[in-house]
Amino acid sequence: MTTTHPFEAEAERNGELNAVGTSAVRIDGIDKISGAAQFVDDLDFGPGLLHGAVVESPHAYARIVSIDTSKAEDAPGVVKVVTGQDFPYNFGMYMGDRYIFAQGHVRFVGEQVAGVIARTHRQAVQAAKLVEVEYEVLEALLDPKEAVADGAPLIHPDLGEYSHVPWFFPKAGTNIAHWRKIRKGDTERAFAEADYVLADTYRVPRYAHCAIEPHVTVGKLDHAGRLTVWTASQSPHTQRHLFAEALAPLGFSHKDVRVITPYVGGGFGGKAGVTMEVIGAAMATAVKGHPVKLRFTREQEFYNTYQRQGVVAELKVGVMNDGTITAVEHTLYWDAGAYVEYGANVVNAAGLSATGPYRVPNIRNDSLCVYTNLPPGGPYRGFGYSEFHFGLESHLDRVAAAIGMDPVDFRRKNAIVEGDELSYGAHMNPSGLLPAIDETASAIDWGVEEQSDDPNTVIGKGIALFWKAPAMPPNASSASFLKFNEDGSVNVSVSGMELGQGYLTVMAQIAAEVLGLPVEKVRVETPDTDRNPYEWQTVASHVTWSSGLAVERAAVEAREKIFDVIHQVYGYEDDTLYLADEQVKCTTDPDFAKPLRDFVIDGIQTEDGTWRGGPIVASGKFMPEFTNANSDPETGQGGHPNVHYTVGACGMVIEIDTHTGRIFVRKAALAVDAGKAINPDLVRGQITGGLVQGLATVLYEDMRFDEDGRLLNPNFTDYKIPTAFDIPDEMIPIIIEVPQPDGPFGARGVGEHTMIGAAPAIANAVFDALGVRITSMPITQEKVAQAVSASPT
Amino acid sequence: MQVTITVNGESWDLDVAPADVLLDVLREQIGVKSPKIGCERGDCGSCTVLLDRRTVRSCLVLAVEVEGHEVTTVEGIGADRLSDLQELFITLNSFQCGFCAPGIVLSATELLDENPNPDRHDVQEALSGNLCRCTGYEPIIDAVLAVGQRSGEVTP
Repeated sequence: MTTTHPFEAEAERNGELNAVGTSAVRIDGIDKISGAAQFVDDLDFGPGLLHGAVVESPHAYARIVSIDTSKAEDAPGVVKVVTGQDFPYNFGMYMGDRYIFAQGHVRFVGEQVAGVIARTHRQAVQAAKLVEVEYEVLEALLDPKEAVADGAPLIHPDLGEYSHVPWFFPKAGTNIAHWRKIRKGDTERAFAEADYVLADTYRVPRYAHCAIEPHVTVGKLDHAGRLTVWTASQSPHTQRHLFAEALAPLGFSHKDVRVITPYVGGGFGGKAGVTMEVIGAAMATAVKGHPVKLRFTREQEFYNTYQRQGVVAELKVGVMNDGTITAVEHTLYWDAGAYVEYGANVVNAAGLSATGPYRVPNIRNDSLCVYTNLPPGGPYRGFGYSEFHFGLESHLDRVAAAIGMDPVDFRRKNAIVEGDELSYGAHMNPSGLLPAIDETASAIDWGVEEQSDDPNTVIGKGIALFWKAPAMPPNASSASFLKFNEDGSVNVSVSGMELGQGYLTVMAQIAAEVLGLPVEKVRVETPDTDRNPYEWQTVASHVTWSSGLAVERAAVEAREKIFDVIHQVYGYEDDTLYLADEQVKCTTDPDFAKPLRDFVIDGIQTEDGTWRGGPIVASGKFMPEFTNANSDPETGQGGHPNVHYTVGACGMVIEIDTHTGRIFVRKAALAVDAGKAINPDLVRGQITGGLVQGLATVLYEDMRFDEDGRLLNPNFTDYKIPTAFDIPDEMIPIIIEVPQPDGPFGARGVGEHTMIGAAPAIANAVFDALGVRITSMPITQEKVAQAVSASPT
Repeated sequence: MQVTITVNGESWDLDVAPADVLLDVLREQIGVKSPKIGCERGDCGSCTVLLDRRTVRSCLVLAVEVEGHEVTTVEGIGADRLSDLQELFITLNSFQCGFCAPGIVLSATELLDENPNPDRHDVQEALSGNLCRCTGYEPIIDAVLAVGQRSGEVTP
């Protein structure tokens, strides 16, 4: 393999980086602002296009007694009706507990029972109402604590038979689909010896991603037997793999399945893995020759794609009087929903890291993935960390207050640093946590007490730290192809997704840097699994790092091929050559400058009239080769499941109207350690976007279910996401750069992390303002008003 | 039913059903795809278009109501050359996934038509019917304010 850090030599020669580290203009800007950008629903499929609609369960848990599709089949425009009997297959990302259509039982309100394919969308929807399903209603479990109680009915009696990844530990005969344990040191003894111990319980409800583009998929099985699926997805290759696996009994091999993913209208984890896309793909196999479109309504978007899992967190922390944390016990009961094929890995990730970014010698973490009869839980920006940091960072503020220590000093004292041992025995990567704390505290004038002129307004400040590692299989990989064009421009092919974060631009910057090109000469487009090389998924905040390394390596390979041609023709040694200004130059011959456009396709003619070289093409790949997920199931010790952590700090200044309980965020600061910001403006974009999405979970949103498990607020009227009015008066993005040694140009991911700190920072600011601790999310106006009226002041 | 609608300066004679909404007619019959289907109930604003220069939610407007009127989408705003607002949306990263961007550009265009130099509150109010989940709105507000400042410089 080629050297990992070609940029060092480049930077040494040129004195500076030219593309990386600049706020290059996004390469997708013109598409998206002119109206040219195409999303799946914007593609045209001609007059043969059929439309799908889904028949949904009205019950949270029931046995399907019978399904009668005859009336629907006779309805106008209907081409085909399919049910679970047509696709008796199970599948899943990390555990095979999921079905294309319900098999015998339904396990949440809204679960797909049958599919109707008709000439028009309206005809499909009308006919779906004519499918008659008889149910025997069963007792539903809506609360994870009830679902783990002895004698609770089983939601998946076949749990013991499901395939799963080796790092999951399902408990057959219970509703516990996975139990991640960490045992380190001796917590009992540490609590006995601690100067102060605090235990409490924190509750976080379910949340919806609310990407503005609903899920949509178009499947087509052509007459040659090839299945093409256009999806609004973060995961084209993972989808292809799961479609091929789930539909393998129909005779598909991976090469016969093609997934095409144009621009995606927001993901946030909700379009990772596979949700409704497999329904559309399966329906297409039933009407050979016709494309079939399935577009979810906003309501379906809320109740039948992934939701962020709710959690009940029981937390116990012991400290010494000098502020040293000596022990943490964190038990997380996850409301994982009816199918956990993806969500169980959220549970796993949280369990590995539930101490937060602190040095803790004695740890007992239990993270339990509990089946409930609510919609399937899954990944959502922050992947378990957003969920548990609320309780953890709230709790640590209380501990600091109890021992009379400033919350910032307390965090500084315990902040994890490079080389510290992690809960599972591996060691912490280099990180800028301490400067992140200091710069955040400074940005909100921490320690300066502020008072409002209005007697009915109180001001509070809060701070919270955060960390997160990419949660991936230990061998999750990225690959890249690169080819030069006649004019010296370059096409880079990758299969990461442009979700809005600016991925395509960042990949272009990395290639441009290595090849001495302006960013405008590099084109990177959204993928097609037939043409673009493998990428695991665009999740886990890992693509800048992992796909970035694959692109860097492809560019280095291309550069080596370029130098090889120059060496053959002109005799210069490779190590004297470099690329700059779209030319090959030589350190020993200042007069030599060969424009790339002169030879990267046609080669170079030699003195005897023959040619050397030819089209410059290259590839690169990256797989972390230092990780493993093999740890002791009872202690979690021994593995190296996480590649690295990204850390940071979040600070809030709020005003509370004591008459109404309304919170106004005056200032929100967030510092994140990007290692190296490949594009600083894009990092700042992640910070402002993540801050507001995090504030939304603590101030405005939550999913409300009735006693029958029915979602009460599946729309933007009743589930209120922030508008342009609902943002802080001032947001202060802070970029810290402590390089990640194995990252492209030192970079690591930041996308999810920017969401994590807002909720606990608000909780801590409310406490600072009112002296009242609210231990459940969201912190609504109503809860604050009640707390104000109950408080003695 | 027969209707005649002008879309981005081109006249279209169309056959529509009484229940057809403008959004579907634009997308399916005319092939103008920048107005997006986000919620189909007027909550999200991603289907925003200009109807005689005023913003409407095209998912809530019946196609037959538009007979004889003029519809403008973002394709029509920047057909020859991007507007100053569009240029600033690109340079200030006022979009991420881009799905809400066409609607937001139109809401901001309407605001700037009526009030060439708006303040922050004006901008927030004008955009409050357009949901964006990616940006946190701040870069959008910055772009609209920057257009206002530019226009202020030209005509003091």
